[in-house]
Amino acid sequence: MAVELTKPWLALNQDAISDLPGQLGVFEIADEAERVRYIGFAGAGSLFGLRSELGHWSGPGRLFRFEVTTAYRTRHRELLMAYHRRHGCYPVDNPDSETAGLGRLS
Amino acid sequence: MNLQMTEEQALIVQMVRRFVREEIVPLELSLDPDTDQLPPEDAERLRDMVREMGLYGLGIPPEYGGPELSMVTMALIAIEMSQHRAGLYAPCYGVFGGAGLAQLFEADDRQKEKYLYPTLRGEKRGFFGLTEPSGGSDPARAIQTRAVRDGDDWVINGGKIFISGADRADYGLVFARTSPDKGRGGVTCFIVDTDTPGFHVRRVVHTLRSAHYATELQFEDMRVPHANVLGEVNKGFAIANDRLSRQRIPYSAGCIGVAIKAHEMAVEYSQVRETFGAPLSSRQAIQWMLVDNEIDIQQARWATLEAADLADRGEPFRKQAAMAKLIASEGASRVVDRAMQIHGGYGVTKDFPFERWYREMRIRRIGEGPSEVQRHIIARDILGSGLRNP
Repeated sequence: MAVELTKPWLALNQDAISDLPGQLGVFEIADEAERVRYIGFAGAGSLFGLRSELGHWSGPGRLFRFEVTTAYRTRHRELLMAYHRRHGCYPVDNPDSETAGLGRLS
Repeated sequence: MNLQMTEEQALIVQMVRRFVREEIVPLELSLDPDTDQLPPEDAERLRDMVREMGLYGLGIPPEYGGPELSMVTMALIAIEMSQHRAGLYAPCYGVFGGAGLAQLFEADDRQKEKYLYPTLRGEKRGFFGLTEPSGGSDPARAIQTRAVRDGDDWVINGGKIFISGADRADYGLVFARTSPDKGRGGVTCFIVDTDTPGFHVRRVVHTLRSAHYATELQFEDMRVPHANVLGEVNKGFAIANDRLSRQRIPYSAGCIGVAIKAHEMAVEYSQVRETFGAPLSSRQAIQWMLVDNEIDIQQARWATLEAADLADRGEPFRKQAAMAKLIASEGASRVVDRAMQIHGGYGVTKDFPFERWYREMRIRRIGEGPSEVQRHIIARDILGSGLRNP
C-alpha cells in the first residue's frame, strides 16, 4: 500500500457525495490547487460512513479523494504523519486535537 | 499452590471489577469502536481515581513507587482490566499506568536518570526493538542488525520491524549483533535516542489491530555512545529473554479477561434470544458451546495463575508461562469465536465487541512468541538435552 493517497481528485459536490459508499475509510479534502486542507476518516460511529462524513463537511475545499479501509484509525494517522514528513506541518483544517501525540516518519 | 484468593486479592479484584463496569464500559459506549484512547479529560480523571485506589503504576517495583503486588495479584487484576471492548490491547485505556520498559530497572545510575525516571514520570516514552525482518521468535539467530565499536561509540546498521511506538518514542532499546560468530552470546542491547542521526522510522505497518500500528525502522551509520550499552556487551540476549518469559503471564491474563466477558455476553444472549419458539440456551448445540467456553476459561485461568505463583516463589516458571500463553491465547480465541457464533449476525457487527476481539485475539497466537514456539519451549523442558534443533 502506498503511504500517501495518490488517487485522482474528485469534485466535492452533492452528486459526488451521494455516489459514495457508506463504508469505513479515510479521505482528503483539498483546495482548487490540490493543496490538502484536511485529512479525515469515516469510522464505525458514522451513520453512513464516507458518505456521512463528506456530506457533513462544511469547511472550505473543492476537491476530495478517499480510500475504503476498515483500518481507518491507523491509516488516518499514517496519512497525517506522511503529510507532516513532506510539509513539516499538518493540514490547515485539522485541529490540534486530531494531531496531538502523532508519531514521526523520517 | 493455594487456589483461593486472599482477602486482599478478593478486595482488589472487586474494586477493579467495579471500576471497569462503572467507569470504563459506560464511557466506551460513546467512543469509536476501534479506538484505543480516551478523551484527555476522561483519561486524567480516571487516572486520578486509580491513584486513589493505590493501583497506579502496575508492574513498577515498589522501590520505584509502584504498588507492592505479587505476580498472582497482578494477573488477577489484568484479568479484570481487559473485560471491555478495547481491553485486550488497551486495558482500561492505560489509566493504570505501567512499568514502561522493565529492562531499564537493570540500567546503571546515569541511564536510570536519563531514561528510567523520566519514563516513570510520564515524561519520556521508549520502544522495544528486537524483531527484524529475518524473524522474531529466534532472536539469537535472527538478529542481523550490526553494531561495530568505533572509539567511544558503536556504529549501528540494520533495521527492525513490527516495533510498537517507535514513531512517538524519545528512546528505544535496540538489540544488535556485536559478535557475529557467537549466536545468542553475541547480541548487545543499546539505548538509542530517536533523534540520533541515522535513526529512521520508515513506515507504518498496518495489522489486524485497527487501533494500533507497528513501525519499520532503519538504522544507517547510527552512532550510539558506549555509555548507552544496557548491561554488558554480548549479554543482550538474556535481557530480551527475561522479558519474553515474564511478559507471557499478563499477556495470558488479558486473553482470559476478554474470554470471560465474551462468555458472559454469550450466556446472557442465549437466554433471551429465541429461535423456533425457545431460547437458544435450551438447544444442546448452544449449551455445549457454553460448556466448552467454561472449560477453556478455567484451564487458562489455572495455568496462568500457576505460572504467576511459581514466579512469585522464585521458582522456574518458563515452561508454565509458555503453557499459560498457549492455553490462554488459543482457548480465548475459541471462546470469542463461539460467542460470536451464538450472537449470529450481530456478532460480526461493530455494534458488539466480538469482531474487534476476534481480530485482535488472532494476533495473540503470534505475539510474544507464537503457539509453535511455546510448544517448542515446553518440548525442550520435557526432553531436556535430548532435544536437538534440526
